[in-house]
Amino acid sequence: MSDIVLKTENLTASYDEHIVVKNVNLSIIRNKITAIMGPSGCGKTTLIRCFNRMHELSPKAKVEGKVLLIENSNEIIDVYSVDPMLVRRKIGMVFQKPNPFPTMSIYENVIAGYILNGIKLKKSEADEIVEESLKKVSLWDEVKDRLRKKGTFLSGGQQQRLCIARALAMKPDIILLDEPTSALDPVATAKIEELIEQLKDTVTIVIVTHNVGQAGRISDYVAFMYLGELVEYGPTDVIFTRPSHEKTEEFLTGKIG
Amino acid sequence: MFYEKLNKLKEKIIEQGNLVESMIEKSIRGLINKDKALLLEVIQIDEPRTNEAEIEIDEMCINLIARFQPTAQDLRTIIMILKMNNDLERIADMAENISESALFLIERPMVKPLIDLPKMAEETMRMLKDSIDSFIKNDPKLAKSVCERDDVVDAYRDQILRELVTYMISDPTTIERALHLERISRNLERIADLATNIGEDVIYIVEGKVIKHGRYKEGEGA
Repeated sequence: MSDIVLKTENLTASYDEHIVVKNVNLSIIRNKITAIMGPSGCGKTTLIRCFNRMHELSPKAKVEGKVLLIENSNEIIDVYSVDPMLVRRKIGMVFQKPNPFPTMSIYENVIAGYILNGIKLKKSEADEIVEESLKKVSLWDEVKDRLRKKGTFLSGGQQQRLCIARALAMKPDIILLDEPTSALDPVATAKIEELIEQLKDTVTIVIVTHNVGQAGRISDYVAFMYLGELVEYGPTDVIFTRPSHEKTEEFLTGKIG
Repeated sequence: MFYEKLNKLKEKIIEQGNLVESMIEKSIRGLINKDKALLLEVIQIDEPRTNEAEIEIDEMCINLIARFQPTAQDLRTIIMILKMNNDLERIADMAENISESALFLIERPMVKPLIDLPKMAEETMRMLKDSIDSFIKNDPKLAKSVCERDDVVDAYRDQILRELVTYMISDPTTIERALHLERISRNLERIADLATNIGEDVIYIVEGKVIKHGRYKEGEGA
């Protein structure tokens, strides 16, 4: 098996006694794109929200089991036994709806992670991080002359790329993308998909999508979830052509979901 | 993403075409030069390689369709590559048949001097080469010319058969050797048929027209 960057052990998540993720054991491969797919309510978003301790922010939310982050140095971080802020710096997240901070400029948005964490950056350092992050998401040329304008003036697709730049600026090990294109038009969606493909050399990507086509187009690995359980997980080529489980087959052929 | 993968697939099928082409050339050269090692190379090394590649190309096609749901020319290309893949693997089997018969023949006196057979092989190889070139260049004109040349190879086969029959009637001790020569000519003729299929596939890819089963002759290919 290739290099593992994140591993869950018997991960169970619930809201107020209602179990939404059941006993999931999953290993995410470093520098690959893993898509989590499944019908609405199957627990896919909750699963990734457990990876960077976002789930516990919801009222009455509970997490059991383990999430281990394996760093490049092979150091293993038990995600639930360290400061959640540290975890979120190492495992960034981009949401369904682009959400640049409305009061911040494009420039400030990119380094928002540093600002909000109280990390002081030299001007030259900040400039470098902003330029590098915006270049990675192919937004630099479009915004370099208006870095001090508000991020909310950008188009939906640009805003989403800004949010990805904001996540990348923290130099995370993993970026979690929760349905990142569901609020975008097809052209902006194609751009984001292309971008995700390019990013995998520098960061591991986990993307939640209800769109089977998108999972097929961009992922290297696919996890299929159904009713809170991880039904099947493996290389996308295999899952999309000869899934082992009946439920996966039914989902891929549109019989459920 | 998709086009990168599609280009890889195209490269792979072209590679397979080139390998198969070289197998026919080697099997005929092995017969003419009585080169046993070359004939064994076709059977023991090349043919298993084409089998492996066939499976790999099949998988690449299936994965592309499953993951990207291609349409229009992209879809036609992948489906036709799937068909070409099948035909090329069959051609490799036929090159193996030719090599097997050649191995039998080179150990024995020749029934007759090889005159028409090398010419037939040359024409067959040209057809195969042009069919693959027409795919590489997206050239329906070249593809159509391949389809039209099938008759030339058919005529060679008939001519060779007629001649061999006379040898067999006049001297029954030649029968076994003559049958091997006939097998080679029959395999070459089948290869030319499959090259024609590839030509038809290329026309379908580029123009979306079906010209199979003689439809191009009547100009129905619309």
